[in-house]
Amino acid sequence: MIFSESWLREWVNPPLGSAELAERLTMAGLEVGGYASVAASFSGVIVAEVVAVDTHPVAESLRVCQVDDGVSRHNVVCGAPNVTAGMKASYAIAGARFQLANGAGDREIGVSDIRGVKSVGMLCSAAELGMEETSTGLLELPADAPVGLDIRNYLALEDTSFELDLTPNRGDCLGMLGLARDVGAMLRLDVAAPPASEPAVAISDEFPIRISASKECPRYLGRIIRGIDLEAKTPLWMQEKLRRGGLRCIDPVVDVTNFVLLELGQPLHAFDFGKLQRYIDVRLAHPGEKLTLLDGKELELSPDTLVIADDGGAVAMAGIMGGMNTAVSEQTIDVFLECASFASFAIAGRGRAAGLQTDASQRYERGVDYLLQRRAMARATELLLQIGGGKAGPVTEALGEAPEIRKVNLRMASIGRVLGVEISRAEVVDILNRLGFTLTEQSSDVISVEVPSFRYDVAIEADLLEELARIHGYDKLPLTMGLNRREMGRAPEREISLGRIRGHLVALGYQEVVNYSFIEPGLAASFSDEDAAVVQLQNPISRDMSVMRDSLMPGLVQTLQYNLNRQQENLRLFETGLAFGREANGFRQEPMLAGLITGGKEGNNWSNAGEKADFFDAKGDLESLFGLGGRVCGLRFSAAARPGLHPGQCARILFDDELAGYIGALHPGLQRELELPAAFLFELRLDALCRQQVPVAAEPSRFPEVSRDLAIVISEKFEASEILETVREAAGPLLTGLRVLDVYRGGAVPADSKSIALGLTWQHPSRTLGDVEIDQVINSTIKALQERFNASLRN
Amino acid sequence: MTDLEELAAEALAAIERSGDEMSLETLRVHYLGRKGLLTAHLKNLGSLPAEQRPAAGQKINLAKSRLREAIETRRQTLERESLDARLQAEKIDVTLPGRRRAGGGLHPVTITLDRITRIFRAAGYEVAEGPEIEDEYHNFEALNIPLNHPARAMHDTFYVEPGTVLRTHTSPVQVHVMEQGEPPFRMICPGRVYRCDSDLTHTPMFHQVEGLLVDLEVSMSDMKGAIVSFLRAFFEEELEVRFRPSYFPFTEPSAEVDMSCVSCGGKGCRICGRTGWLEVMGCGLVHPRVLEMSKVDTNVYNGFAFGLGVERLAMLRYQVGDLRMYFENDVRFLRQFN
Repeated sequence: MIFSESWLREWVNPPLGSAELAERLTMAGLEVGGYASVAASFSGVIVAEVVAVDTHPVAESLRVCQVDDGVSRHNVVCGAPNVTAGMKASYAIAGARFQLANGAGDREIGVSDIRGVKSVGMLCSAAELGMEETSTGLLELPADAPVGLDIRNYLALEDTSFELDLTPNRGDCLGMLGLARDVGAMLRLDVAAPPASEPAVAISDEFPIRISASKECPRYLGRIIRGIDLEAKTPLWMQEKLRRGGLRCIDPVVDVTNFVLLELGQPLHAFDFGKLQRYIDVRLAHPGEKLTLLDGKELELSPDTLVIADDGGAVAMAGIMGGMNTAVSEQTIDVFLECASFASFAIAGRGRAAGLQTDASQRYERGVDYLLQRRAMARATELLLQIGGGKAGPVTEALGEAPEIRKVNLRMASIGRVLGVEISRAEVVDILNRLGFTLTEQSSDVISVEVPSFRYDVAIEADLLEELARIHGYDKLPLTMGLNRREMGRAPEREISLGRIRGHLVALGYQEVVNYSFIEPGLAASFSDEDAAVVQLQNPISRDMSVMRDSLMPGLVQTLQYNLNRQQENLRLFETGLAFGREANGFRQEPMLAGLITGGKEGNNWSNAGEKADFFDAKGDLESLFGLGGRVCGLRFSAAARPGLHPGQCARILFDDELAGYIGALHPGLQRELELPAAFLFELRLDALCRQQVPVAAEPSRFPEVSRDLAIVISEKFEASEILETVREAAGPLLTGLRVLDVYRGGAVPADSKSIALGLTWQHPSRTLGDVEIDQVINSTIKALQERFNASLRN
Repeated sequence: MTDLEELAAEALAAIERSGDEMSLETLRVHYLGRKGLLTAHLKNLGSLPAEQRPAAGQKINLAKSRLREAIETRRQTLERESLDARLQAEKIDVTLPGRRRAGGGLHPVTITLDRITRIFRAAGYEVAEGPEIEDEYHNFEALNIPLNHPARAMHDTFYVEPGTVLRTHTSPVQVHVMEQGEPPFRMICPGRVYRCDSDLTHTPMFHQVEGLLVDLEVSMSDMKGAIVSFLRAFFEEELEVRFRPSYFPFTEPSAEVDMSCVSCGGKGCRICGRTGWLEVMGCGLVHPRVLEMSKVDTNVYNGFAFGLGVERLAMLRYQVGDLRMYFENDVRFLRQFN
């Protein structure tokens, strides 16, 4: 909401400057988003009369005016299209000064030569005076504006516009009445409403009103006013208040309803009475009912929309916007003025659903005082009759269900306990009174109040405590640390913290990234099974971000692409986060870890430049990660296929015989399609990685280790994992180490075979092992390899 | 006897000429070995008359020990020379770069989350996490935000299906924790949240940390104390902090927290919009209805809750200018945090 400071000061006049006032409002919960002078800073601009207007001898678009400033006449060249002889306008005399907007000094208006004609001073538009953003012509002043008077005095421009960013609970401050009340309370000042009088009823015409939706409409007031002059000029004081409240002047009816909206916070609507049929009914929309609104938009109304209807159907969306057919127009003579209370639940969300937000809906959504209508109707009628003439009929009032009057108890003890500060009873009572609460009962422990009809946000003690804290001042509450009554937290040793996993990856050279959880469906599909049940957003920002990722791999591939385009070719990336999918009874939301490597091997340098990272670099990093939990032995890899990965370079990661994830090369097809270099990816369930063994210590053997190497030739079809498993079984329980020393192909090794060299180590816990028993074990190992794989010893 | 002297002179000259330890050893054997030339002289002593033997023996022994000494001296010289040569040959360019892994780094959001978490953990807060696809009840209703509540307009919500949303804040985690446990509670919930909004100052995904403390007799002053002490710990500065009344449906009273601008120290600059204050978080005493809905007895317990934007804090801490940088993942941006 935007309001003028001087208007507020007509109600309540705090002894504070604009900056301090803004600070106090903000600190009381009515946040000031900004404030600025209502006009630019200038001097030497006065009211003048344009006496004569002639064409410019050379320039067709310019006029040469005779301007009377009350002392003498001046020749002024003017380009404004609306300049006419006899008008009053604002005139910057020779010597007037305008401060430049950017604070870079000021500009003086003087005597100039405009295309061969002498021009003294300047006729001004509202934009030139800093009163509007843009103007199309001169600021036209009323005919009775006194010539020679300084425009700053005449328009009372020593004023500031405040912009309030109100929270949705404070609808009561969307009008000067409520705002002044709050300011009065926060500064303990009395508030004086401007005088208002009950307008005389001159005609007896009434129009029947019925409320069918009585819960939705607690009160509906209507009145006929006949013979309004829509051509009448809205007085300058009202024009300026509207302008400084951010509203434009239209005609007396719109201006008066807008003025009452700003002054009291009560929206009103005027119908062209001649267009209303037989009666007014406040009801919910019929199924399929249509309405063309004031702005020309045709809507099919949902059945939970509250409408104002006449015999012919809906004529307005209650509390949001009127209909086109019954709108006041230039031909209107008689109006039917509506002033109603609609329940916020009946208005909230309806405008938004139709893409409408109006000054009225903004207030009704937050709650308009249901006792305010008579006062607002009287005020609007009074002003309308003053400006546009006409004769008012009596007010017809229809009542629905009034909201319940709420009573709230405030325990005095709660103040100290909840706020941490003591506030005296006298101050409590004063604050509550000033905010409009009625004290109904008082004991030494409890104060009972009735919540005023305009405070829809107060229902429980906590709400009253907030009011007290707010007005007393949040800044006056002390800082305390409270007590901790909780038991000590656990430090579970069976879990590896995510922090440790991340730290390890960082040490391995990986850069963490954070990608959006929603991705492009095509890319997502490249990494998903065809029948994957992906989660789609119903209202995505764009198609690029419309499905929830069911794997972290595509995001990493996108990050790779983004960085390649920026010449970053050696990358190791990782991300942790949820992967999503649909499951039989809900959603899969699984914490995952994914990594990607591309480019050179980690640690490439001047002595081993150019070596490319491959599958085993990624795999080694993974093994190293599982080593964190001392659980490498639970880890198994087996050849597998997974969408997005190279079918010949892809493995399933098994941990404790459970599927934990996948590792593999980016599929060459995808690689080509996305124009990427070779990349290696892994992804696994974080919970598998986070399990740790609590160590059980054993005494190291004091007896020597025995080592033997074994080189075998074996068919390519057997994988290292099965060979090692066989060796482990055959080499007996004293085997303490088994390593793959090298894998060799070509040379004397047959084409479909490979040679593998293994290093075996044994140790006995309590004695020295003899050569004979080791020879026996080696022989049975060789035998097992021969029987199982038809392997032979390498010569 | 000139024989012996000649032999000794010849041997000494040969030792001096020898170029390595091997030839030196050959010389030793040649002169001093069991079948060596000097040894032969000693053996010949027996052929001398008895009265000459002692003098002759002494001379031979003297010659032997001179040769031994000469050999040892020469050996040491040769050893020194060969070590010097080896050291010379093994010289490396110590200014070449060391071989090392490039080292990765953490994302600034993670770094910030870690610091926030560490600070609260030290004060006894536990860390809780929850689902990101959330039902409307936990995201809204249980937090006192009924359908059509104007506050829902402040949350531009992504829908997955009717009644199911991407959580718009991490507050629903509070609800889960309260539903499943018994007070007192002292916890923070960090995580990703989603709002259907994308422009210069909004990304459709960002991170929040929500905090909750429920105990006997918790006051607003305790809340102020906790938040001020957190902000000062995080920024490692004795910042000014102010609390302004505000509105959140799930807290009452509610407050918006401003701290003195870290850039200008409160004097007013571009970063704080010339106000000297930066809005950093929201907080309040937990609304009794929220506690009741989660089965917490409000006659016994009350508490406070707060929520802060992680990217926002990271921006202030690390002077990140553009919010969108966080999710573009340009490694040149990210590596600045390594």
